[in-house]
Amino acid sequence: MIELKEIYKTFNGKSILQNVSSIFETGHMNLVIGGSGSGKTVMMKCMVGLLEVDKGEILYDENVFSGLNRKERKPFREDIGMVFQGGALFDSLNVEKNVMFPLNMFTSMSMEEKIDRVNFCLKRVNLVNVNNLTPSELSGGMKKRVAIARAIAPNPKYLFCDEPNSGLDPQTSIVIDNLIKEITEEFNITTIVNTHDMNTVLEVGDKILYLYHGEKWWEGNVDDILRTDNKELNDFIFASRLAKNIKKV
Amino acid sequence: MNWLFHLGRYWIFTKELIIKPEKFSIYWKQLIRELDNFGFGSMGIVALTSVFMGAVITIQTVYNLVNPLVPLAAVGIVARDSIILEFSPTMMSLVLAGKIGSSIASEIGTMKVTEQIDALEIMGINSSAYLVLPKVVAAMLIFPFVVIISMFLGIFGGWIAGTLAGVISSADYIKGLQDSFVPFNIVFALIKTTTFAFLITTVSAYHGYHTEGGALEVGRSSTNAVVYSSILILIFDYILTQLILT
Repeated sequence: MIELKEIYKTFNGKSILQNVSSIFETGHMNLVIGGSGSGKTVMMKCMVGLLEVDKGEILYDENVFSGLNRKERKPFREDIGMVFQGGALFDSLNVEKNVMFPLNMFTSMSMEEKIDRVNFCLKRVNLVNVNNLTPSELSGGMKKRVAIARAIAPNPKYLFCDEPNSGLDPQTSIVIDNLIKEITEEFNITTIVNTHDMNTVLEVGDKILYLYHGEKWWEGNVDDILRTDNKELNDFIFASRLAKNIKKV
Repeated sequence: MNWLFHLGRYWIFTKELIIKPEKFSIYWKQLIRELDNFGFGSMGIVALTSVFMGAVITIQTVYNLVNPLVPLAAVGIVARDSIILEFSPTMMSLVLAGKIGSSIASEIGTMKVTEQIDALEIMGINSSAYLVLPKVVAAMLIFPFVVIISMFLGIFGGWIAGTLAGVISSADYIKGLQDSFVPFNIVFALIKTTTFAFLITTVSAYHGYHTEGGALEVGRSSTNAVVYSSILILIFDYILTQLILT
């Protein structure tokens, strides 16, 4: 479980996050939605410690994470996996070495064990015979899957995904969404996904947090979101004419 | 005051490089890769530049030596001392700043803008140390060897050019090379080279590491890395010469 307690973040005097509090449960797909510039990525970067919050607290299973130094965060780091928007695969390493990277750095596994683990993770994301390919030889969807495989390789307790299906076609997006959901439930991970894809929200969302201009504007589940009368949220979700027609029906 | 900001940030960045490696074997592999990259990877341009540089110094010295009272062996002395004291350590470092500095800045800059550095940080790896420390150590270890090879090639290039053009005999040139040789000059050249190696790698890595934006900014960081490394090489060349040779 990850808890945010009244977090604030400003950049050069401009407020990006204001008084955001929420609880993200273990084993659930926790989605953070909001328009571009609403503060989703900044919030995720604060949660993983790439940025520091100005005020407030971030707790991992009731242990304070915010405000710790690099050394104090080390035990948390080993439990965190992250899938970046562009995949962030290491260009100089092939697929196998990318997935093996966190295992090389932080485990004392033998090479055989590491190769087994890599193959297991790649198989889990439905990738086979790609071990020797370099990131530049992969399609967008494959890159995301390798990034997921790398993120789950060290058995993380917390998985963060920043717009994991941006730039993908609708079918591949659904495959990636379902994959993240399956992994979350199978390994009982606390997963937080930033997205502005409504298919993702309706398909796999367990809990949804809507950010609007850096504030928590709405929170609930998929059933709630279809019935909400929150104007900003409705404008965001049912932005297209097609979606508006569906809403009317 | 912008330069003060960069100076402070460069100082903090350099300080963060000095850490206990997360896993020594990984850093060791990186170090070997960088040694190969900086050493063998630079040999072509270093050899070409050194041979022609030595040739030009020799021919120009002969051309300017109009006083018949000065023995022709002086050409060897001038070529040797110019190459050892200045051309090999400084010129080669400027060449390497162009080749290696831009490569470091663009490699790290691209990693920064594609969030690969964030990925390292999230895994709990000190990204600056992991990416930069092996490069700094490799450069400080391999550049002196590269410069020694450059000295040999420069002197050899001078000999080839001088004798082939018929402006100096082989005996005069070699006599000049052996005459009043100061071994400390080699030590001084290597001190300079090691300092320049540190400057090239840390300044270039600093520019790459603090790249924000996209492809345009990566290109800008790469250019800045070469420009600032070159300026610092020239400044430190003067400072070290003043401190050590006077």
